Amino acid sequence: MIGLAEAEHFVRGPDWTWYILFYFFFAGLSGGSYFLSGLLRLFGNRVDEPAARLGIYVAFPAFLICPVLLTLDLGQPLRFWHMLVNTTPGDEGPIFKYWSPMSVGAWALVLFGLFITVSFGAALVRDRVIRVRLLDSAAGLLDGVRGKIWNLVGALLGLFIAGYTGVLLAVSNQPVWSDTWALGGLFLASGLTGSAALLGWLVHHRADARASASVFVRFERLFPLLELALIVVFVLLLIPAGTLGQAFAFPWILLWLVALVGLLPGLGGLVTSRLTVTGEGAVAVASTRAIAWVSVLVLVGVLALRAAVIFSAQ
Amino acid sequence: MADITPGQAYGFFTDTSVCIGCKACEVACKEWNQLPGHEPAFGDGYDNTGVLDAENWRHVQFIDRVPDEASTAGQGKAWLMMSDVCKHCTHASCLEVCPTGAIIRTEFDTVYIQPSVCNGCRDCIAACPYGVIEMDKNKGVAQKCTLCYDRLQGGLEPACAKACPTQSIQFGPVIELRQRAEERVNKLHDQGVTEARLYGADESVYGGLNAFFLLMDKPEVYGLPDAANAVLPKRNNVGGYLTTLVTAALGVIGGLIALRRRREPSVEPGAPPPDDIATPAAVPAKVGGDAS
Repeated sequence: MIGLAEAEHFVRGPDWTWYILFYFFFAGLSGGSYFLSGLLRLFGNRVDEPAARLGIYVAFPAFLICPVLLTLDLGQPLRFWHMLVNTTPGDEGPIFKYWSPMSVGAWALVLFGLFITVSFGAALVRDRVIRVRLLDSAAGLLDGVRGKIWNLVGALLGLFIAGYTGVLLAVSNQPVWSDTWALGGLFLASGLTGSAALLGWLVHHRADARASASVFVRFERLFPLLELALIVVFVLLLIPAGTLGQAFAFPWILLWLVALVGLLPGLGGLVTSRLTVTGEGAVAVASTRAIAWVSVLVLVGVLALRAAVIFSAQ
Repeated sequence: MADITPGQAYGFFTDTSVCIGCKACEVACKEWNQLPGHEPAFGDGYDNTGVLDAENWRHVQFIDRVPDEASTAGQGKAWLMMSDVCKHCTHASCLEVCPTGAIIRTEFDTVYIQPSVCNGCRDCIAACPYGVIEMDKNKGVAQKCTLCYDRLQGGLEPACAKACPTQSIQFGPVIELRQRAEERVNKLHDQGVTEARLYGADESVYGGLNAFFLLMDKPEVYGLPDAANAVLPKRNNVGGYLTTLVTAALGVIGGLIALRRRREPSVEPGAPPPDDIATPAAVPAKVGGDAS
């Protein structure tokens, strides 16, 4: 961001479109779900374990889609591994540039992939979907302090995966993206909102996870508030840069409206019931079908927000 | 042209005051680098190239400032022409963000995209403040002016500079070019051409451009960011990550609040009262990471 003077942009758009949009979406869901899972394990009760496993079951397939989308987006998909290994003649070896979010993100995805894959396998073993004695013993390695450390590091990685995509956009010279430093936080908050809504719906479909339903109701009210605050920061930062009009021009304004509508269920609950899950509130969301629709609405909002940010700048 | 020595910085000094818009530079560049042509686009002016892209590594800009109803002859100021090219910045945004190491600084201090290393992620395109780089859709890699890297290695000056009939494009060691540019702009000022100015000859723009310009108007008129706007992408790293960190912290706090408030009654049809189950009295121990 450049002082209070309007920013000049003569840059070309990178043509990051659908693959990147859906990568950002699934990265937000995967990272957010894994974080919530870790949060339940680290600070929840024993009854939250089924919901925590549900978080892993959501995070893993969402994560699997990510490298596929990223690879397909490359001009040379078979060179996807060049993100990790420098093939410059005379300079061959691993490459890591801490100042390039794309480089950091590539390594973070590898690391997150390790955590999420192991956690997914362990969840299958503990849920008795996989019944191999050797794996039972292996899953036991993640008990106690080791498990706490594993969950803590994994949850932090989940937060990073959900948020770094916004930093990646900001670390450019594109209008809108580079005029704000709020995108990382905004994408993270949005990922948490979407993950809470999705898991808040899914816990009603796993009998032993319903004990955590009220926690997810509160997640669904708090995270949209965080997201709304970051949208406000995003807007305030674009005003001096002179690119607010570009970000909210037609048709992108429609996407922003969809994103805001996606926040309404959570914010509405916060206004009417605050953090108390009352009888009335429960009646309002008593039907799982209604919860499903709310979840879909929120997820569409999460997607629309990313689409508005990605497409308006190019 | 003196010998071209690896280890020395080379570049272009493009004097737009003597550019006649002949486009010999564009043709020479395409011919030497075997760049395909494309359908010309005819608009109001003489610019049928449009922009710098994967196929056009030189682009002669025609900036039309002829008033609709001219009352004077214009004194030669009605048209601005500039042969635009990659600036080969000392602090190059493209090189900074490239995650694969495909973009390198050569032994001639120029910025070069290695086609065999680039994987087409396009991060450099989002970063280049001059809109120089574009994807070659056939090759699947990013492309831009190489400052005729292959010719330099063979001791030859770049094709565009060799072809320029007015010496608007001058090639040589950057130190020599800067001296020459300083003399030229001083001469123009002495002649009363006060609007003449150098762009990128000093460190104010990206630490200095190896391909710098003598302009006849403000940089913005030519599509060049001024010094205040010539900023590197990494400026947003700290702010971006800090905001993410603060948001993460708030997310954790929000999560903890949600977990602490769970004792309040919740009515879920068909489910046991969850918050009762979850009270410390009912569940003496936390899970505490006994599963992953």
